[in-house]
Parts: sequence; C-alpha cells; structure tokens
Amino acid sequence: MKPFSYHQPDQIPDAARLLTSIEDSKLVAGGMTLIPTLKQRLANPPALVDLSKLGSLKGITDGGATITIGAMTPHAVVAASKLVQAKTPGLAALASMIGDPAVRSRGTIGGSVANNDPAADYPAGVLGLGATIVTSVREIAADKFFLGLFETALVPGEIITAIRFPVPLKAGYAKFKAPASRYALVGVFVAKFADGVRVAVTGAGSGVFRVPPMEAALSSNFDPSAVAAIKIDTDGLTSDIHAEADYRAHLVTVMAKRAVDAALS
Amino acid sequence: MGNVIGIGAAPKRKEDQRFLTGRGNYVSDIKRPGMAAGVFVRSPHGHAVLRGIDKSAALAAPGVIAVLTGEDVKADGLGSLPCGWGISDAKGVPMKEPPFPMLAQGKVRFVGDMVAFVVAETPEQANVGAELLKIDYEVLPSVVGLLEAVRPNAPQLFDDVPNNICCDWELGDKAAVETAFKKAAHVAKLSLVNNRLIGNPMEPRAAIAEYEPGTDRFTLWTTSQFPHVVRFLMGALVLNIPQHKLRVVAPDVGGGFGVKQFHYGEEAVITWAAKRVRRPVKWVASRSEGYVSDRHGRDHVTEAELALDETGKFLAFRVNTLANMGGYLSTFGPNIPTNLYGPLLGGVYTTPAIYCNVKVVFTNTVPVDAYRGAGRPEATFVLERIVDVAASEMGIDRVEIRRRNMIPKEAYPYQTPVLVQYDSGDPMGCLDGALVAADVKNFGIRKAASASKGKFRGLGYSTYVEACGLAPSRFAGRLGARGGLYESATVRVHPTGQVTVMIGTHNHGQGHETTFAQIVSEKLGVAFENVDIVFGDTDRVQFGMGTYGSRSLVVGGAALSKATDKVIAKGKKIASHLLEAAEVDIQFEAGKFSVAGTDRSKTFEEIAGAAYVPHNYPLEVLEPGLEEQAYYDPVNFTYPGGCHIAEVEVDPETGTVTLVNYTAVDDVGTVINPMIVEGQLHGGIVQGVGQALFENAVYDEGSGQLLSGSLMDYCMPRADHLPMMKVATHSTLCTHTPMGVKGCGEVGTIGSPAAVINAVVDALSHLGVTHVDMPATPNRIWRLLQNASLPVAAE
Repeated sequence: MKPFSYHQPDQIPDAARLLTSIEDSKLVAGGMTLIPTLKQRLANPPALVDLSKLGSLKGITDGGATITIGAMTPHAVVAASKLVQAKTPGLAALASMIGDPAVRSRGTIGGSVANNDPAADYPAGVLGLGATIVTSVREIAADKFFLGLFETALVPGEIITAIRFPVPLKAGYAKFKAPASRYALVGVFVAKFADGVRVAVTGAGSGVFRVPPMEAALSSNFDPSAVAAIKIDTDGLTSDIHAEADYRAHLVTVMAKRAVDAALS
Repeated sequence: MGNVIGIGAAPKRKEDQRFLTGRGNYVSDIKRPGMAAGVFVRSPHGHAVLRGIDKSAALAAPGVIAVLTGEDVKADGLGSLPCGWGISDAKGVPMKEPPFPMLAQGKVRFVGDMVAFVVAETPEQANVGAELLKIDYEVLPSVVGLLEAVRPNAPQLFDDVPNNICCDWELGDKAAVETAFKKAAHVAKLSLVNNRLIGNPMEPRAAIAEYEPGTDRFTLWTTSQFPHVVRFLMGALVLNIPQHKLRVVAPDVGGGFGVKQFHYGEEAVITWAAKRVRRPVKWVASRSEGYVSDRHGRDHVTEAELALDETGKFLAFRVNTLANMGGYLSTFGPNIPTNLYGPLLGGVYTTPAIYCNVKVVFTNTVPVDAYRGAGRPEATFVLERIVDVAASEMGIDRVEIRRRNMIPKEAYPYQTPVLVQYDSGDPMGCLDGALVAADVKNFGIRKAASASKGKFRGLGYSTYVEACGLAPSRFAGRLGARGGLYESATVRVHPTGQVTVMIGTHNHGQGHETTFAQIVSEKLGVAFENVDIVFGDTDRVQFGMGTYGSRSLVVGGAALSKATDKVIAKGKKIASHLLEAAEVDIQFEAGKFSVAGTDRSKTFEEIAGAAYVPHNYPLEVLEPGLEEQAYYDPVNFTYPGGCHIAEVEVDPETGTVTLVNYTAVDDVGTVINPMIVEGQLHGGIVQGVGQALFENAVYDEGSGQLLSGSLMDYCMPRADHLPMMKVATHSTLCTHTPMGVKGCGEVGTIGSPAAVINAVVDALSHLGVTHVDMPATPNRIWRLLQNASLPVAAE
C-alpha cells in the first residue's frame, strides 16, 4: 500500500469538498474493492475520504410505496431488515447472496452501486427495481445511472447518499455464482409492477443491462415458462476462463426462470 | 502426574493449544534487531531475454539498502539451485539439467521468475525501490501447453534442450506389452488431462536471514517442510556455506502440501543478501506472489490403453504421458511424474505387463513439483478411469471388473511388473466395506429421486493403492535420488523422567506433537503431557529429511520407536544393577522395570534419576545419562490404499456437479490416533475433490500469463461444496515398519479424483458421455451436454 492522507468528515458537504479539492482522491465506503486494489499497489490515491462517520448515510426507511436505503448501509443489514424482507424479499435475498459474511458486514450498497462492477449483485437489483440513486446534488434514475464497465453517471465530487426503491408487486433474484469469486457469473433480477415487468442482468456482460423481450413476455404472463424459450444474443457478453459467452447467454435464460420462480414463491 | 495416552487413543492435539489461542510462532511473527525488508522483483513476461537492469534510480530511492541481480550472483560465484533427483532415459542418458540460477541470468522463463532482490529499511521502501528498477526485456513467445511445447517449431526455453524435452523416460517391458495387446479381446483407450494445481497452504512462504560476523554463522528462518535438507542443498551446493556455520529454522509452518518441501531461490538470495548488507533481512510473500512462485502440481497429458481378455481380465496396460516441469527443474521435479507415477500403474490389480513412457517437458510456467500425492494421484486417475471405460465398453459391471482383477489378500506380498512389491493389503476387503458404508444397494432409489427433480445422479468407484513412506535409500538411489531418505530421532530422558524428542520430520499441521508423544507415552509408560516433540531447527535436531510423501510416522515414527527401544534397553542395564538381578531377568512394562517373578521394581523416573546421579551405577560398563538416538532407513515403501465411492448429482440446466455423498474405506495400517487419521483423510479427500471439481491453474498460450492468478479465479473447495463424509479404516498391518503403520497423509488426495470423475461420467453415461476432464466445472459439463447424444430437455 502506498502512502495517502486519510480523512473522516462528519458532514456530506465536507466530504464533497475534500473529494473535489484533492485531485484523484477516493471515497471509502466499505472498501471491499478499493482496499484490495490499494494493497496490490494498483491504485495510488493521494487521499482517502472515509464516509463511515456520516451517520445520515446509514439505515433503511419506509416510505410507503418506497424503501430508501442509506448509501453506507451494509449488505448484512439489508439482508436482515424486516422491512425489506416484508416489502421486497427479492432485494433482501440479493443482499444475502453477496460475497461472504465478512463482505456483507463491511460492504455497502452505495459502494457497490458507485463501483458498478460488471459482476456485482446490487446493480441488478437497482436496475431491475427501477430505483432512484440519490446523491449529494441530485437524483438519478437507475436507467440513466449505469453506463458500462465500472462507469456511472456520477460526476466528480458527487456522493451517493441513498438508493430509493419502489416497492414491487413481486420480485426475485437468481444468481449463478462464479465458482471462485462468488460474484455473479450471471445474476438476473425480475420485478413485477402494476405497469409491467423489469428484468435486469448482471455478470453476463460489461455492465448491468435489461432484457426487453423477457420484460414483454413476463408482463403478459409472469411465469417461468414465459422466458424459457427466450435466448439472448451472445454479442457483448463476456468470455473468460470460467465461462464462454454462449454459456453465459444460456444461464441468463435459466436464471431468469429461477428468478421468476423465486418471485412467485 | 498425568496419564499414559498411547497408541489407538484420540487425545486432543497438543499443538492446538497454541494454534487456537493465537500463540503460534510463524516466520512472519519473528522480528530480529535491525531487520531490513526485502522484496523480489519478478518477471512479468513468460519468456524474455533479460538485456539489462538499471539499478540507479532504485538505489537512489529513500531507504533502499541494496539491489541484487543475477549479475551479482554470477560475480559472487554462487551455485545453481540443485535438483535432488537425476533421471535417465531408456538408454541411460541422463536428463537435461540446465542451470536454475537463484536470480535470472540472461533470460527469464516464467511469469514470476526472479529478476532482482531489493533490500530497504521498510517493506514500503523496498516496494518503491522495486518499482524504480528499469529492466530491459526482449519479449519472446511463450509456450505453456505440453502438446504445444513438443511441436517442432515451438519456442525453445534452453538452447541445448531440443523440443523442450528434459528426459524421455520409460518403465516396464515394452515388448511383453505389445505381445499382450496383440492377443487382447478388447482394448480400451483413453486420452486425458491431469489439471495443473496450485497448493495454497494457508500461510504464504516467508524467510528471514541473519549473518553474525562475530561467529561467521548464518541463520535462516524459513517456511520449510525440511530444514536440514535446505541447510544441505543451500549451504553445500548454492552458497558454499559450511554446514556447521549455517542454522536453518522452520518454526510453526501453516500448511505445506508439498509447496514447502523444496529449496527455493528466495531462501538462497535472502541468506546471501543478509551477509552482503550485514543486516537481518525479512521477506514475506503475498498470496499473489505465491501463485507465480510456489511450485505447482500435476499437469499431465496422457494417452492410455488397457488390453483385456474376453472375461475382462487385464492383460497389459500402456501409458504415454507428457509431464510439465515448468521453466526449470525444481528440487524433486523430474522424480514426480516418473518414479512416483510409473510404479503405481499396477494399482490393486494383477495386470501382468505394464509399459509407461513419460516425456518430461519444459514450458514457460512456474516449475512443477510434488503436491500432496505427487505422481500417485495422476497414476490412480489414469488407471481408475480406464478401468471404468473398459467396463462400460465390455458391458461388465464396474465393481465386478475390479473384483476379477484385484490382488487377493492371500497373494501378498505381491510383486508388480513395475518395480514395487506390495507387502500387505486387502483391496477386496476395503471394497466390500465401502459398498456397505456407501449404501450402494439403494443407489437406484436415490437416482430415481434425483431424476424426479430433473437431476442426474452418478456413483463412482476408485479402488487404489499408493506407495509412500519415502523412502528406502538404496532403492531410491537406484532410481536417481541424490540423497538418503532415512529419518532420525533422539529421545532425551531428563533426570526427572520427562522426555524431549528431537526428530527430523516437520510438523506443519499433521499433529506430530501429539502422535509422536503417544508413541513415547505408550512405549515408556510416561505421561502424555510429559513428552515434548522438538523439530524444525538444525541446531536442536541432529538430522532429518523432513516431512513429505506420508513419511513422518512411517519413517520418523520408526526411528522414534527404535530410539525408544534403546532407552528401554539401557534402562534395563541400570535396573539390573540397582535391583541386583541379571539383565535378562529385567522386564519393562507400564513404566516399571521389574525382576521377573518378584515384586522388586524401579520406576522409569527412578532409573532416569540414577542415570543422571550415578552414585550407585555401573560406571565401569555403562555411561551415565539416558539419551538415545536412532536412524531408520526403511526396507520398502509402504502401500496404503482403499476404496473411495463418490456420489454426485448433476443439474443439466446449469451443468453444476454437486458432491452429495462420499465414502472412503482405507487401509493405513496401524492407527496411532484415529482422530488425526480421520482429519488427514478428510483433508486429503477435499484436496482431491478440489482437483476433480474446482481447481485449475490456467496459463495463456503465447504470453505465458497466469490467468488464474488469485483466489478470485482459482477455485478452492469450500465447506459448502462438501457433504459429510463417511470415513473408515480397514487395515492390514505393514509387515516391515516397526509399528505396522503405512501412512495416511496422501491417501485421500490419491483416491478421490478418480472416484469423483467416475461418478460424474456415470451420471451422464446415458447421454453417451464417456469421459470428463478435470475440473468438472459447470461450464465444461454444460458444454459436454450440448454435444452429447441426447438433447437436454428444457423444463
């Protein structure tokens, strides 16, 4: 690890100011990606701005038709939340499948969403539920937030403060874990709303994406059989030592079926 | 006073008191006064000419003390890292043995090859210095695959090693095998890959070296399974340090699995550097560094053929293997795929003719050497797979074909056609026991239940034998060993009757401090708690060859048993004097020396006291003191084995294989501590399951980059991958070891890969699948099913 200065602001504006005033400084939420990167000397930020003292970023609030989860809320808290389990059990289930117990205790929803790892779980839940990303300066719809491999709509100095999820009629997540890392080799989140169904896929490509043909099929028949015959194109899907693109494409269909199954059970 | 806890008891492990309370003493826990930090700079290229290294910016960086390179090694006239085995081809031509410099000279040959060593005040400063080195590489194409490496136009690692072939080795009667194949009613053929593995001990490698100018002595603390061997190889052959001026300490070591039983260049560099900078120097590998420098295991490509008569009797077995050595010859490298592989191809069967050819091949990969099982898992996998293939092709039940060919219990000792003579065994008894324990008779019910959920269930057998207890020195010498393979033990009885044992094996998780104490407690009748086992320090332990090849109990335990017998013999002389009786009339039992047929006796403690306070003592004929030493060189290998039965369920939708049941009935000879044996079997099985289902070291052809370079991409088996295992022993006693022990450290790893893959193939056999290469990952299984004869029904 290379030397850096370390800041623990207790106000969001202070954090934003540090972030913009020190060039190349980085935010630390749970540190699940950043700390290993620093340990391997792959990144050399001059300053780390730790968000852990910002109490307003933690916790889950019931907004009736929405659930708002503070950016610094760890996965384990979301997984165990009675509120999330009651209103959107698919989201609680997603949180319970991330990493391992240590990762779920430290890793945060804001960190995961801001990092936008192509195989992370939360982006599928956020996009699948059509959530709103609340930042220090504005609100961004999920459909406009995830821009591809580790890229988001966040601008320099902008800090995610919360994610606001609309409560669906039904939702489910199915994940095929990469054998070693336990990231999603393919993860599919499905959510049924009064006005239609959303399907979001993580792990398969360079970033989370929706599958309109599956959404259309499920909107008219919310049943696993509705997607069983829908194959997705292998173009743009990832091939690596664990899975080639055609296998990932196949898994999208299988996981979509299982996600619908989970949503119905 | 505590109790005797002897052979067959299962006390909690002595060493766990310190391990489980965080009081172990590992190399990275050690701090020496004035200690500097060292960092190795490693090649990022698989194959390149090393044109030059500019040290100036690194040397100018804050805190940097020294930068050492291959040129400095050359200037100091230091030796090459030695290979401990020299094999030869059929004509007796010795293997090609190119130098293995401790820091690269002229060329780098794998990603991770060491190029420089940077010493600085702190690890951070050493890292910064390392980043400032300017290294001029002329990158060459890399060759990593075996089939690719032996092609005519393949990149050549060494100018004087044509086709990258180190040795074209063979074993067995080629002509007899050819004759038998001509008479065969059926020939089964199989091509397979034995996947490359990375050992992953929990503790990464580390070393500290210190030089004392006042005494001209060196001390090396290292994560080693065999400190005396490191002292010999490094002192005598690499650094030219006299043995009496070099102390090697391997303190608590967090797992080895073979990875730590080699003399590594890092050890030599850091010891040499400590004298050059006149400071203790410490290096601790990261996990990522271990992946590109710890010796890898396995990595074979094999073509096998089994000739059978019309009843399914094996007539002959022919095996042609390419075995990967990586970029250089490691300590035992060429021995593993040859001497520890070919002689095991007889298995538990009466196959009368066997021929094996192994081409040992250099590639641009980390050197390959022994990894738990070392050669025997590879042999077992080839044999147990082709037996299943033959059974399936001939329409004979897989258990039945094994029975028809098994060596019957009464045929032991059994001489195989491939050098080894099995002293004892009962493979049929292990098979029968395993069939019951695995509830094979109700497998059909379980298969139907799986089918009703859309899953395919399969059962796989592996009836196997291995050769361990390495090794009879004379035999090993004929096969090319350049050292002895005996073991030594000293039993020091203190004046108060407590005992300290100095033994040359090394405990890095196996429970030796417990098992060996049980042997002493049983034999001398002293309390278990009054016996301490000392190992891992060349200044404290007389000599030893270390721990590998399931040898510690078999060879080290035998030395300990012999030394203990000597203590008893001397005790009898002392007792004879004190009790005024003839020595032949003195009996020793349960910690008491007594005169036969009388109630006159002396306790072990009284005899120890007399030996150290020799006022009433036969000084004219007997030396004072009570300390005895023994060296033991085994007369044969030991041959543990058994039957493993794996049961798997395959999800055809995703290709996922789930191991649902696992049964092992093993013959390990006498069991000293059943809890420890069970743990060894569990751990061994899990490592074999890891190879079968999860683990795979993958290199990129051309660039030589390790693609599975971290735990994010290299899948280790985890608790939730595994069922509760049924493990039992069905032992026959070894006829030539003092206690009848056979060793149990590797059997699990040797028996299990074939059992698991045979189960996977069985689960998919109705689709026309005849073989699955390891690891049987979901991606691989799904792809096989796409190409299989029957379409997979969609839900």
